Amino acid sequence: MRYRISVTISYDYQFPSDHARNILHLLPISVPGEQTVIDADLRIGPNPQERWDAPDFFGNQTTWISHHNPVHEIDFTLKAEIDRRAAPLRFDMSPDLAQLTAELRTRPNIGPSSPHHFLGVSPRIRPNSAITRYARDVTGQSVSVLEKVHAFGSALHKDMTFDPRATDALTPPEIAFEQKRGVCQDYAHIMIAGLRGLGVPAGYVSGFLRTNPPPGQPRLAGVDAMHAWVRAWCGPQIGWVEFDPTNDVFVQNDHITLGYGRDYVDVAPVRGSMRSSGGQASRQAVDVEPLDSVDG
Amino acid sequence: MTQDTLVDNGATMQSLLQTYCVEEGVADELFDLNGKMRPVWKGFMAHLSQLSADDVDEHFARGVNYLRDAGVYFRHYTDDQTPDHDWPLSPVPVIIQENEWDSICAGLKQRADLLEQVMADLYGPGRLIEDGYLPAELIAQNPSWLRPMVGVAPVSGHYLHLLSFEISRNPDGTWFVLGDRTQAPAGAGFALENRMASRRIFQDLMPRTNVRRLDFFFRQFRDGLDRLSMAPNGVQRRSAILTPGPNNASYFEHLFVARYLGVMLLEGEDLIVHDGEVKVRTVAGLEPVGILWRRLDSEFSDPLELLEDTQLGTPGLVNALRQGNVNMINALGSGVLEMRAMLAFLPRISEALTGEALRLPNLATWWCGQKEARDYVKSNVGRMMIGPALAQDLPFDIDAATAFGGKFRGSGKPSIENWIDTEGAMLVGQEMVRLSTTPTYQDGRLMPRPMTVRVTAARTSEGWSFMPGGYARIGPVSDVTALGMQKGGSVADVWVAGQTPETDAPFWNATSPQEIRSEALPSRAAENLFWLGRYVERAENALRLNRAYHLRYAETGDLDDPRLVLLRHFMAGIGISTDQPVPDALGYLAGLASGCASKVRDRFSPDGWSALQNLQRTIKDHQTKARAGDEAARAMGALLRDTAGFSGLIHENMYRFTAWNFLSFGWALERADGLASVLATFAAPDAPSGAADLAVELADSVVTHRRLYRGAALPETAVDLIALDPHNPRALLFQIEEMLRLAPLFDPSRPANRPSKVSRLLLPLQSQLCVATADRMTPDMFRDMRVELAKASDQLSAYYLR
Repeated sequence: MRYRISVTISYDYQFPSDHARNILHLLPISVPGEQTVIDADLRIGPNPQERWDAPDFFGNQTTWISHHNPVHEIDFTLKAEIDRRAAPLRFDMSPDLAQLTAELRTRPNIGPSSPHHFLGVSPRIRPNSAITRYARDVTGQSVSVLEKVHAFGSALHKDMTFDPRATDALTPPEIAFEQKRGVCQDYAHIMIAGLRGLGVPAGYVSGFLRTNPPPGQPRLAGVDAMHAWVRAWCGPQIGWVEFDPTNDVFVQNDHITLGYGRDYVDVAPVRGSMRSSGGQASRQAVDVEPLDSVDG
Repeated sequence: MTQDTLVDNGATMQSLLQTYCVEEGVADELFDLNGKMRPVWKGFMAHLSQLSADDVDEHFARGVNYLRDAGVYFRHYTDDQTPDHDWPLSPVPVIIQENEWDSICAGLKQRADLLEQVMADLYGPGRLIEDGYLPAELIAQNPSWLRPMVGVAPVSGHYLHLLSFEISRNPDGTWFVLGDRTQAPAGAGFALENRMASRRIFQDLMPRTNVRRLDFFFRQFRDGLDRLSMAPNGVQRRSAILTPGPNNASYFEHLFVARYLGVMLLEGEDLIVHDGEVKVRTVAGLEPVGILWRRLDSEFSDPLELLEDTQLGTPGLVNALRQGNVNMINALGSGVLEMRAMLAFLPRISEALTGEALRLPNLATWWCGQKEARDYVKSNVGRMMIGPALAQDLPFDIDAATAFGGKFRGSGKPSIENWIDTEGAMLVGQEMVRLSTTPTYQDGRLMPRPMTVRVTAARTSEGWSFMPGGYARIGPVSDVTALGMQKGGSVADVWVAGQTPETDAPFWNATSPQEIRSEALPSRAAENLFWLGRYVERAENALRLNRAYHLRYAETGDLDDPRLVLLRHFMAGIGISTDQPVPDALGYLAGLASGCASKVRDRFSPDGWSALQNLQRTIKDHQTKARAGDEAARAMGALLRDTAGFSGLIHENMYRFTAWNFLSFGWALERADGLASVLATFAAPDAPSGAADLAVELADSVVTHRRLYRGAALPETAVDLIALDPHNPRALLFQIEEMLRLAPLFDPSRPANRPSKVSRLLLPLQSQLCVATADRMTPDMFRDMRVELAKASDQLSAYYLR
């Protein structure tokens, strides 16, 4: 499936200052066997005085920029063409939890793809007993890790209410879980916290959804903005599996991956530091159009 | 010292040692395992025995006084209003024989090289993990292992440049390592502070005891800084200490070492990363920095790529390192080496990487993520400290999360067994060691107290160099387990004593004075000096207003007196409530001044600093006591004398250069503004009778007025004296001329023979006041002048203070 993606994110600064520095995770990555970036162009207005593009630790396309002059507003515009061909879901060959833990031990590695990064504490996620208890309850019937991932994601989808006004980008997962409301970021963070609580390595995927569903299918939630979902390590046989708890689906060709991290902070689209006080407001526009006339 | 003197003073020696009982199974510094005094202590003991108890007190007091006069303090993180505490010096040094010291250092040198190798692997290929020498989870889940630094090789070729080691003596007399400090090792400055004090206490004894000097070590370290600060093209760049700021527990050490080495003391906001280079913002523009000696934990160093919500760091610093444009002591991410669990693996890593066992063993440690080790810990809980594997505290800083000798210390966990079984991968067990003891002095007697010694090593062009001596931590009670080292201990100097006097070491200052390159004033320091001037003057104004108010109240007892009403209204307008006899606003203003001063303490005398601290304390005292009227007025008088003391110290002592100019300009500007504001209200034609007298009093010009004019003040005489008189330092014109004198210095790049931007704002005010007559000046004119003064302040900020 080929997609044309266009994204615009704008920031307004109430009290502009002399220097602005930002790190952007806005350029999509190519994932062998899943998606190929055919073309991607990220423009920044006003033009920054410094710009540097390189992969970060996890291999995400990262853009470092800095403005040396006062800025009142910054716009980030991404135009990209992506070929997305996710492998079909495979037969469940995932182990049970005890076996998964044992498998982890046999993978002594701290390279970027090592599951060890995706356990324990990360900038926005720490183990939470209420979430872990919930994860244990709703996955009690399942045996394999993959089944647990599915059961947990579906239960979360059922028990949470999608509500953009309930949380913001800084809301901790335990608060979103307590009020059972939030957006894709909250769904993903809660699910990650719970999976880690069970001992399953879990990370955050940032990306996009196709804007209009294929004929006859409902429009997905979260299409108007950037999206996020979860990936879980289900043992050496099937490796990383991606699940979207906001829509209760395993990720296939309607999702386009931007980057991978331990949680939101690792792949925040715009992480900034401005020598300035006062509020800033942001706006987003996302459009993801399939180019193929027939689903591939 | 000969055996004879020892005998002569036998009686005193006996009484000194009367209650010195070394615990069974514990090593002691003064006595060896056979109960014989170690020879290296004999000279010291003979010296001490010669002195009467009064002499000892007098000598020891020299050290304490020195530390107090030098302003040495340390800071507790508490809600305490006065968090600065006196430096807790135990005057009796720990004395170690040079040969023994050298063999300790040889062992630690091996350890330092090993740590460098581990660091390079953790931020490089990660083979130690793949080969099974370190568990992946302890690194991948360690918040001090910084992913953005993986693959970033240090420009100098080395990750670690300064290390310290906490060591103590085993019961069998050998030494062992309790922990490594790799993140931002403190201690070098502490050692210097102790040494300065003990030199004063033991003036004659030290040379005779062949105590090794510390200054050569610092000179080598300083040379190392110079080398690291050099740009690739051979241009010398700035060297700086990067500090978290005055709220840090060891800020004084940062200040002290910066002064001693003559390097800049900077906070994160002093720095800016520009085109991948680190620069310091100074009033003369951006200047490149070549080496940062980081006293700030790595995680806080760059809010853009590391911990998000920190005000301490510099955005873009990681990228500057990535691009290889700055050196850092130590490389970012070095804190990972400090985790307790590292001690469990270093012995094997040493053998794997170097083929040699550790020469100096470290605290026996077991990681509970391995079955064998876990079982061992479980069956030996009684002699273990069990705690978080990733914790970085030294064993004697154990917190409530650590189980000690089989007992929890307030964690609410069900049982230790269960804890180890469920959370083992994140726990370690560590042997409950017994520390050695060393003498401390109390009421004419020596007492054995547990101690650890901090040894510091610096990388030089010839490899690791060790400071010969250091500082020891002394426990407050005789308990030799880690518990005995908790809060309330003291510190002691460590003497390394040679057989022969030190020869021909090329000491600092020995031949020619070393000049330090004149440094441009960091912009943040300029800003703090400017505001220090403004806040001190503002506080003084507030004191004067409150005194005037209470003098009138004492006089009339009538709150409805028109002058009291006017004052009350005026004071309310600037946030001073008259509800309290000593308003909170006074303490608040003094606090603001103190806050600014705390950030520029390296630029004025300790006396000036204590004067400000004193002012704050005295205000608080008066708040609890003084009653409205006469008492409050007298209290204000006393406080005004304190502020005069502070200004006196500053005016008499401060070096007249850039820093002074900013301080003076702030002072003058605030005074001019205060005068204009007083004139607009109290010298107004419609002000109640007696208001002009108030104006003169608020401008501290009562005596001059009496000399120049007959009778009570009128609005015209007040204006004449405190606005227009160029000879009165309490007149608006005088202060504007003072500012005009300083203004050209702030804009060196202006076109020749043209006024600076600040001068352009001030010159019209000067002319207006020069040509005016008192009867022509209206309150509105003074209000307009305040607007222009505010513009001048903004103009200065726009230039330098961002």
